[in-house]
Amino acid sequence: MRPLVLIAEDEPYIVESLTFLIERAGLEVSVARDGALALQAIRNLRPAAVILDIMLPEESGLEVLRHVKGNPVLRATPILVLTARGQENDRRMALALGADAFVTKPFSNRDVVEQTLALVGRSDRPAQGPPR
Amino acid sequence: MLTPGVVLAISGLYLALLFVLAFATDRMAANGRAKLIRSPVVYTLSLTVYCTSWTFYGAVGSAARNGAEFATIYLGPTLVFAGAFFLLRKLVRISKTHRITSIADFISSRYGKSTRVAAIVTLIALVGTTPYIALQLKSVATSLDILTVGKTLVSAEAHGIFGDTAFWVAASMAAFVIIFGTRNIGADEHHPGVVAAIAFESLVKLAALVAVGLFVVIGLKSAGPDYSGPVWLDPALRGTPPFSAGDPSRWTTMLFLAAAAIVCLPRQFQVAVVEVTDERHLRTASWLFPLYMLLISFFTVPIAVAGLGIVGPDRNPDLYVLTVPLQAGSDLLALAAFIGGFSSATSMVIVACIALSIMISNHMVMPLLLRSRRLDLHQARDLTGLLLAIRRVSIVLILSLGFFYYRFGAQSDALAAIGLISFAAAAQLLPAMVGGIYWRGGTEQGAVAGLLAGFVVWAYTLLLPSLVRVGGAMPGLLTDGPFGIAFLRPEALFYLDGWGSIQHALFWSLSLNVGAYVFVSLASVPKPLERLQSALFVDAFGESPRRTSRAWTGDTAVEDLMALARRIVGPERAYRVFRDYAESEKHDLRELVADARLISFVERQLAGSIGAASARVLVSRVAGGETISLDEVITILDETQQAIEYGRQLEQKSSELEAVAVQLRLANARLKEIDTIKDEFLSHVSHELRTPMTSIRSFAEVLLEGDRLSPQQRDRFARIIYEESQRLTRLLDEILDLNRLQRGDHDLKQARIDPATTAHEAVAAMTGFAFQHGIDLRDEVPDRLGPVLSDPDRLKQVLINLVHNAIKFNDSAGGHVRVSGSVRADRVVLRVEDDGPGVSERDRARIFEKFVRGSSGREGSGLGLAISKQILEAHGGGISVHPAAARGAVFEIDLPLAGAEPPAAPAETAIRPALKGEHA
Repeated sequence: MRPLVLIAEDEPYIVESLTFLIERAGLEVSVARDGALALQAIRNLRPAAVILDIMLPEESGLEVLRHVKGNPVLRATPILVLTARGQENDRRMALALGADAFVTKPFSNRDVVEQTLALVGRSDRPAQGPPR
Repeated sequence: MLTPGVVLAISGLYLALLFVLAFATDRMAANGRAKLIRSPVVYTLSLTVYCTSWTFYGAVGSAARNGAEFATIYLGPTLVFAGAFFLLRKLVRISKTHRITSIADFISSRYGKSTRVAAIVTLIALVGTTPYIALQLKSVATSLDILTVGKTLVSAEAHGIFGDTAFWVAASMAAFVIIFGTRNIGADEHHPGVVAAIAFESLVKLAALVAVGLFVVIGLKSAGPDYSGPVWLDPALRGTPPFSAGDPSRWTTMLFLAAAAIVCLPRQFQVAVVEVTDERHLRTASWLFPLYMLLISFFTVPIAVAGLGIVGPDRNPDLYVLTVPLQAGSDLLALAAFIGGFSSATSMVIVACIALSIMISNHMVMPLLLRSRRLDLHQARDLTGLLLAIRRVSIVLILSLGFFYYRFGAQSDALAAIGLISFAAAAQLLPAMVGGIYWRGGTEQGAVAGLLAGFVVWAYTLLLPSLVRVGGAMPGLLTDGPFGIAFLRPEALFYLDGWGSIQHALFWSLSLNVGAYVFVSLASVPKPLERLQSALFVDAFGESPRRTSRAWTGDTAVEDLMALARRIVGPERAYRVFRDYAESEKHDLRELVADARLISFVERQLAGSIGAASARVLVSRVAGGETISLDEVITILDETQQAIEYGRQLEQKSSELEAVAVQLRLANARLKEIDTIKDEFLSHVSHELRTPMTSIRSFAEVLLEGDRLSPQQRDRFARIIYEESQRLTRLLDEILDLNRLQRGDHDLKQARIDPATTAHEAVAAMTGFAFQHGIDLRDEVPDRLGPVLSDPDRLKQVLINLVHNAIKFNDSAGGHVRVSGSVRADRVVLRVEDDGPGVSERDRARIFEKFVRGSSGREGSGLGLAISKQILEAHGGGISVHPAAARGAVFEIDLPLAGAEPPAAPAETAIRPALKGEHA
């Protein structure tokens, strides 16, 4: 069973490119198109990693992040946050909330894939509690 | 023929009647029951003391000699009362506030309570009034002679003083005035009895003159052979002087003199300003006094004409009022006329003597006594008796002066000429008085210089010639000038020749008077008290009497003040003064403290009896060296004034600052808001741009690596890149478009179109899109709506955007979108209605802002509605959103019908976007 990566993103073409890239790297992909769906998917599917867009409808990426990292069961899930260049505030907030990695849009494909693989590799080991 | 015995007896009876009237009134006033005396009618009647025997006899004489010129004597005062109401009111207000007792007191108070000024004014008044009193004596004596003997006796030099009728007239008048005018020393110099007598006399003289006038107009027929109508309409007399206009060059001078006299003559000041009981009486006087003037002058011309006709121009025209009835054989009417003239004379003499005696005692004798230290104030002596004695002596002196002037100077002159000499003297007081209440800059030295200059020139150019002519001494003085100096000739001063003597004298005296007053005032520095008084006088209506001259300090014993007051005004009145003060201050009389206020109060009360200047000297003696220097007071006043002014300015400044601060806060809040909007806009733009860029970059990278891609994948990715770059372009276009619309920098075609057509086209364009989404799109717009001025392409863009949104966001299966239109008032309204999720109330307020998408929105730049709004506003229209009846939203746009406001629409487009532009 290949590890599952959840892509939480609302822009269809970005979802399409990420899906293509992650699947090509040999991982399983699941997609959530808004914040609420993303939380639900994280609870139910327990993905090995999450690629989380910060600007999501319904519940924003930051909200999702807060829920996950505030939940003792889910907090070990590694999360890669997609931020926009210039939105330094979002990045700082995400860091404070416990985001595990960042990628800035527009991203380089190799960057996203390597970061995701690193996160997935980390989650292969048994959960060790919060990162800090 | 009336015998001397009868006439004298009747005159005596008349005087006795006056006496009873005055006495009764005084008694009533003392008991506080003289209500009638305090009425405005009585006040107005007392003002007619202006009409003396000069008016009574002399006006007819003047008309017979110089024609209509006599009217100026009535017109001048009329103008003052009807037109210069404000001046009189100010005089009265100031006089009541400062307890002014005479015109000398008034002027001296204004110039720092100066004894010098008071003495000079008194001197001018005394010398100026003398010819006037002489005139009264002359007219009474002459009329008495005419009535009893049938010819004028006085011109006969053979008679000694005691054989002169005028002597006895003067003596009886002196007695009368002494009995009336000096019965007591008033705290405010009110003489209710005298006022009542004067008012009564004014009715008598009016009645007498009107009786003679009516007799002439109605009863007197011509005895001539050719004409038997009324004498005064006899055609033979048509060309005589009464029908002429007189010498017009004298009119202005006479008008001015008469107008000045009504306020400057001492007796007029006495009745008009000192005796007035209520400032509001002036209101009545302003019409009643002119009416009296009109009535008393009404028959002047007929009497003058009749006199010329039946008495003859060779007889003295000044006596026509008397000689016309005599000639016509009506002794009774002649007697009435005599009583009228007698009334005129006595009323003038009484009031003039009272006014002058107050001035002489207060401003000449008292200051001298005070200075000579003969008056030991620490002796417990009652000064009331002394004051009364001084006044009685003054009255005798005044009448003596009048009598001697009459004896030696006034015999040959016409009545009017003598009267004008007095008027010219009184006019010398005008600059100091009027200047004093309207010009702060006038100083004591200026007043002294002006008064003296005017008085000296008056005496030299007018009084001296009148004496020289009669006396016969130094006739060369008039023709060659003093010591042969031609340019100093009294009646052609500085070679000013060819003017009438009155015009000439008035020109020089007043010019030098005003010149000296203004020049010296400007050149001299006023003393502190002068500055204080000038402020109080000029600002009479802005200052409360309470604040006047509280310049006293220290603690004087109440007993000392009481003793002083007792000596000046008598024990009874002094007690009343202190009791009134205690009452007004809510103190017990026995617990009074001699504080600054009481001392000032006493000073003011005493000023009512002995004048402000003397009162000040006296009170300062009692109050000792305990007064603070006036310089200090002035400094304090100035500083207080400055502090108040400064405080007022500060207050104003701080409120201005507050207002500015509020504006700044508002502006700052606005700027912050705009800044936030700008930040949000930038953030939105970058997000909207980044999204397509992200996919483009990502797929481009894939394609560049791309060896293991299927052809389908390659196609798919290339297509995404293409679409996303299209999307980018569109986005940029929209941003630029919106920006242009907001700046007002758009190229809208303003065509006259029917929006119904545009709506049909828009719906047709969207039919395919609706079909794809399974939406039922209905076009319910009527075929015609009405003309609007609009850019059809832009309007279609708006409608397509609205329909597109309605379809795209409609999540209900088999949803409906309905487009309809109507005309409401002067606007065309188009509606796009859907049954989708609707727009939440929160979103409704901001949905037309940039980049705001409904919470359920997924696609689109978020600029569509903002652009629509801009487009509609540029057309003078609007866009709004409402909840639909059941589910969904209704977007409504409206446009003004063309013709409703065609020219306004383009103008509005220029303004509105400009205002909106600051959001960008």
